[in-house]
Amino acid sequence: MSAIALDNTTTPAGARRSKDKLLVVSGAVCLLVALVAVFGTVLAPHPPDQTDVLNASLGPSADHWFGTDGLGRDIISRAMAGARVSFAGAGFIVLGSAFLGTTLAIFAAWNGGWVDRNINRVLNVMFAVPGILVAVLASAIFGAGFWAPVIALTIVYVPFYARVVRSSAVRECKMPYIEGLELAGVSSWRICTRHVLRNVSPIALAQATIAFGSALVDFAAVSFLGLGVQPPQAEWGLMVADGRSEILSGAPQQSLVAGACIVVTVVAFNVLGDRLSSRIGADR
Amino acid sequence: MTVPNPNAATGLDGDQPLLEIRRLGIELTDYLPPRVLVQDVSLTVRAGESVGLVGESGSGKSMTIKAAMRLLPDNANVSGDINFDGRSVDKLSRSELAAYRSGDVAMIHQDPRSHTNPMRTVGEFLIEGVVATRQMKKSDANDKAVALLAEMGIGDAGRRMKQYPHQLSGGLLQRVMIAASLMNEPRLIFADEPTTALDVTVQSEVMAILMEQIQDRDLGMLFVTHDLDLAAAVTDTLVVMYAGTVVERGRAEDVYIHPRHPYTAALLASRPSTTQVRRLVSIPGRPATAYEVGDGCAFAARCPFATEQCRSTRPPLRPVDDSQVACHRSEELAAVLKEAASA
Amino acid sequence: MSSTADVAAARATKARGSGRRSGITMKVVSTVLGAVGTVLAASFVIFVALSFAPGDPVAQLLGSKATDEARAATSAKLGLDDPLLVRYWDWLSAALHGDFGTSFTYRTDVIELIKPRLETTFLLVAMAAVLMLVVGIGLGTIGGVSRRWRPVVSALAGLGISIPTFVAASVLISVFAVQLGWFPTFGAGEGLADQVEHLVLPAVALSISYGAYVTQLSSAAVRDEAGKEYVMTSRGRGIPSRRILRRHVLRNAALPVMTASGLAIAGLVAGAVVVEQAFAIDGIGSLLISSISNKDYPIVIAVSLVIVVVFVVVTTIIDVAQVLLDPRQRGDR
Repeated sequence: MSAIALDNTTTPAGARRSKDKLLVVSGAVCLLVALVAVFGTVLAPHPPDQTDVLNASLGPSADHWFGTDGLGRDIISRAMAGARVSFAGAGFIVLGSAFLGTTLAIFAAWNGGWVDRNINRVLNVMFAVPGILVAVLASAIFGAGFWAPVIALTIVYVPFYARVVRSSAVRECKMPYIEGLELAGVSSWRICTRHVLRNVSPIALAQATIAFGSALVDFAAVSFLGLGVQPPQAEWGLMVADGRSEILSGAPQQSLVAGACIVVTVVAFNVLGDRLSSRIGADR
Repeated sequence: MTVPNPNAATGLDGDQPLLEIRRLGIELTDYLPPRVLVQDVSLTVRAGESVGLVGESGSGKSMTIKAAMRLLPDNANVSGDINFDGRSVDKLSRSELAAYRSGDVAMIHQDPRSHTNPMRTVGEFLIEGVVATRQMKKSDANDKAVALLAEMGIGDAGRRMKQYPHQLSGGLLQRVMIAASLMNEPRLIFADEPTTALDVTVQSEVMAILMEQIQDRDLGMLFVTHDLDLAAAVTDTLVVMYAGTVVERGRAEDVYIHPRHPYTAALLASRPSTTQVRRLVSIPGRPATAYEVGDGCAFAARCPFATEQCRSTRPPLRPVDDSQVACHRSEELAAVLKEAASA
Repeated sequence: MSSTADVAAARATKARGSGRRSGITMKVVSTVLGAVGTVLAASFVIFVALSFAPGDPVAQLLGSKATDEARAATSAKLGLDDPLLVRYWDWLSAALHGDFGTSFTYRTDVIELIKPRLETTFLLVAMAAVLMLVVGIGLGTIGGVSRRWRPVVSALAGLGISIPTFVAASVLISVFAVQLGWFPTFGAGEGLADQVEHLVLPAVALSISYGAYVTQLSSAAVRDEAGKEYVMTSRGRGIPSRRILRRHVLRNAALPVMTASGLAIAGLVAGAVVVEQAFAIDGIGSLLISSISNKDYPIVIAVSLVIVVVFVVVTTIIDVAQVLLDPRQRGDR
């Protein structure tokens, strides 16, 4: 007797099989910004560091699409150069904290008991200190620049990762097939890396995408406060700060353009991360 | 407060069924093409009658009773008629629908825990139905709730009223649900697998209480379950569903002993025997849903007696002896099916 | 005619009843103790970290031309030669009495520097909190309840959360202060009314991203609750939708909404640091930044501690409230 003809696509109840337009658009924007970050200096119409005090604080024109800043530098070129620094900062923070956070989470979930409890306690203390404060204090201790905020924010973001990944890892470790592997004598290391990690990574990835936006904002904020990247380097937060005096004289281009870059990038990454999360949720 | 029925034929009220479902169809509209879940289902429930709706998962039985209370999600499209006391449920206005739900019918759900608000006490849950619809004063409702709980066999009802759902065991909570369904004195009860989520030992107690209430109050009941034995034991009429359609309908004892549809017979045959030690017989394949089957009989793919006609033409529900059966070959298979069921 | 299981359960519940109240108290006490421990641990970490920071307090106090003896004497007086733990202990015991030491740059007690600025920051945070809660929860509830408005609310919230506080500040200054001239561009003003006027734009800037967070979470909480099965059951009993919304959905969603609000308020405190810089407001946030530049570490430690304490207090209040308000967490069963 023949089997019942099955509908091959096992879409969960209620899920539409329509293409996710938001995913595509946000993904495209993220990619675009990333490309600018990498190749920005090549694509920029003017050298980002070239000052031209005679043409300072100009509005948009044919030569300078978004105007010039207080020292006559072309804003859009600076924004493109700044993309690289902001991206690099956020990128390091996300990669570092994802790596550390995931490792810590799997370690805690796997070992459970005393280890897990104490790691949780440490994480709770870390949650108690707001991120900005840590970054600011780090600058105090190690001096301003690129690396102090990056390292500080990496540490700050670890608990957020660890918490999300841990709950997923705990669930995974409790699964019967893991126990089966253990009983079969497979080493802990192998189980954790080959199985737990693999099943936990989609969530970690989605979280990383969402965290990228926050990391970018926090990194820019530290530079805004003057405790991160220093002038004359181009960085979006720094540009917003630089442009403040010009706002007061009615020339807000620098701050607004840099601000817009941040907002667009963060929105794109947030939407991308959100879409990825719901995809993962739907598959489970 | 029940819905007054100006359309009821005078003098023939005794013949008017309480609930009449005619050619019900349900499809989900957020798929392209729309996914059919229920097709051409008809059944009636008379006052004082217990009708069992039996089927496996995916048969559409839960959807059917939800449709009768207009509790389907927005993406479900309903066709056909559902009439309560002669009035169309689908055409009820908002206030009439509220009156219908709060006065004429009541529903007992499968899992009492997910159907109660964990942040509200049992007492608040019990009285809310009648108090919010202004049928009773709060104090009267409280007294009635306590009395009903006592009838359910719940000792120390007053204290229980002040507890929260998580403090009661599953069986206890389901008895509370039954009490809640009786608070507004309905005429028809929809029971959606009321004992499935309970431990086996508790199941029979809860069923006993439920049946006692049904009989004492002469209520109609539409009892949904996947357990054919249970349904046959407690109901007057059995309606067997498969893949969203009715395949057999008849008096409970009749269907139970003399099934006239291969699916019903297969269900009966696949029960573990309590008298013989033998291998479990199972129906090959898995239960289909309405949108998965093509033309022809829904059960044809798994039926050992299927012919070309079965696979190409959908059998209509037609009278065979005292029952209604949707099978082309029902008469010729009568003897085989009877034997398979009694084995 | 209850079954034996029910009788047993009844007896057990009675026995537990007397222990129930002390169960809650235990939970609350342990939560509070945990909070205190967290603050202490954080203060220790900050203290130790800053001890490695560059900057010589002795040189700052005495100038670069001081003699070696003078330096040694001052060093001993400040207790800088003592081991780290002793220094921490000295600082901690003084701090618990309200003595946070003396500022190197201002030559006054740190506590005196903090107090007035704390008031300013408090006013700023309070204004931002009110704004954030009213708009955030309001929008979130609409988004959760109304299917029509949900995508709009969701998009607004998504945008709001992506706007960093300092960007919002720049835009607001540019549009409302410079272009339209409705509000002053910087400073905190004198006197209550003037202060409030000065703090409107900063409060708005501060509340945008945290408000968006509250909106997102409230919307999700209300939506989750509205989708629960008992809501369908209530509808099936003929209970009017309005009542279900009010007495069940919103009331149950209040708990996660409250948690989100609390976290957002805690975040506001941290965000105040950035806003104060952007608007040149003399609150504890800008005090922190300037004292870092000046390497005036007694102030840095003190302000950091204040921020941490506020943060922890807010989160602890949320934790305690959760225990008290959720009947399931009271450990009755």
